[in-house]
Amino acid sequence: MIALLASRVRVEEKLLLQSYSDAGMQPVRLDPRRLWADLSGSRLDEALRGVTVVHDRSIAFGTTAHLLEVLESRGIRCVNTSAVVRTCGDKIATSVALQRAGVPQPETRLAFSTEEALRLLDEDLGYPAVIKPAVGSWGRLVARLNDRHAAEAVLEDREQLGGWTHRSLYLQRLVDKPGRDVRVFVVGEQPVAAIFRHSEHWITNTARGATTSACPVDGIFGALAMDAARAVGGGLLAVDIVEDPQLGPLVLEVNHGMEFRNSIEPTGVDIPGAMVSHVLAAHAAWAQSSSACSGATS
Amino acid sequence: MNTCPECESSVTVPTDAVEGEIVACNSCSAELELLALDPVDLALAPELAEDWGE
Repeated sequence: MIALLASRVRVEEKLLLQSYSDAGMQPVRLDPRRLWADLSGSRLDEALRGVTVVHDRSIAFGTTAHLLEVLESRGIRCVNTSAVVRTCGDKIATSVALQRAGVPQPETRLAFSTEEALRLLDEDLGYPAVIKPAVGSWGRLVARLNDRHAAEAVLEDREQLGGWTHRSLYLQRLVDKPGRDVRVFVVGEQPVAAIFRHSEHWITNTARGATTSACPVDGIFGALAMDAARAVGGGLLAVDIVEDPQLGPLVLEVNHGMEFRNSIEPTGVDIPGAMVSHVLAAHAAWAQSSSACSGATS
Repeated sequence: MNTCPECESSVTVPTDAVEGEIVACNSCSAELELLALDPVDLALAPELAEDWGE
């Protein structure tokens, strides 16, 4: 049985549920807020009985990473996997994975104190730069540091915010992009669709008002997106790419819980349908391996 | 009648709504989470959390 894990049902989740229905499947919906697990024993919440594959669409990174890890330990296949969620949900982990795989990304630095961050900005990275929270999305708390004064102010704010994630300071050289960036939707081993996200603002998230248009998915963007997807472990992913005038396309981030409502119309691609097909294939593979195991023991 | 837990105005739940969906109160603009459909149970939706996202 397939389960759709979602605390909040948005347009995306309704489109996915429709795609499952079109495929003749009726996944159960699991709300992580209502689940529990026995970590010292083998018991799980009754709602998980019979679930073999979990399609994760939860918007809460911390909860999801923990829950998927437990579910996987009990033999439940998760799409995406907990390892992929942990890598993609943390920009530092993403950068480490990209660097390890040789996938190009903007010049990025990591510091653990305001003093060291300022030294890196002054002496190494230069201005303008960008500071991003290690955990977060939709452009929240992403700040442009035009000069030392801006950096001092924003870094002081980060200190005052508290929370351990704000003590890991993720800094990037600002890429002078051509008023757009690229998002490539990856489903398993295929880049299925891509959009340009246009904005006059230097932040080009659609959550911040960027408009979208179709982008060719074959060629350099699709190939780079696949490299990035493989670097983080693969699955159902949205790879954000920025075009540097000197260095060419660079991977900004990889999203494990992508939103796609604004990307279906401009691309003409049934993105939820492709995602559901991928999960159904995972479900079929689970059924096949389960059948082989029972056959081997009978 | 479905009532907004914030302002007690009437709230219309779309016919194709599903559990977990967010509906807005037209009177006070509160975001409401649809906890159950039969009978309809509405609660104030959780505030945006730091780790929410894509």
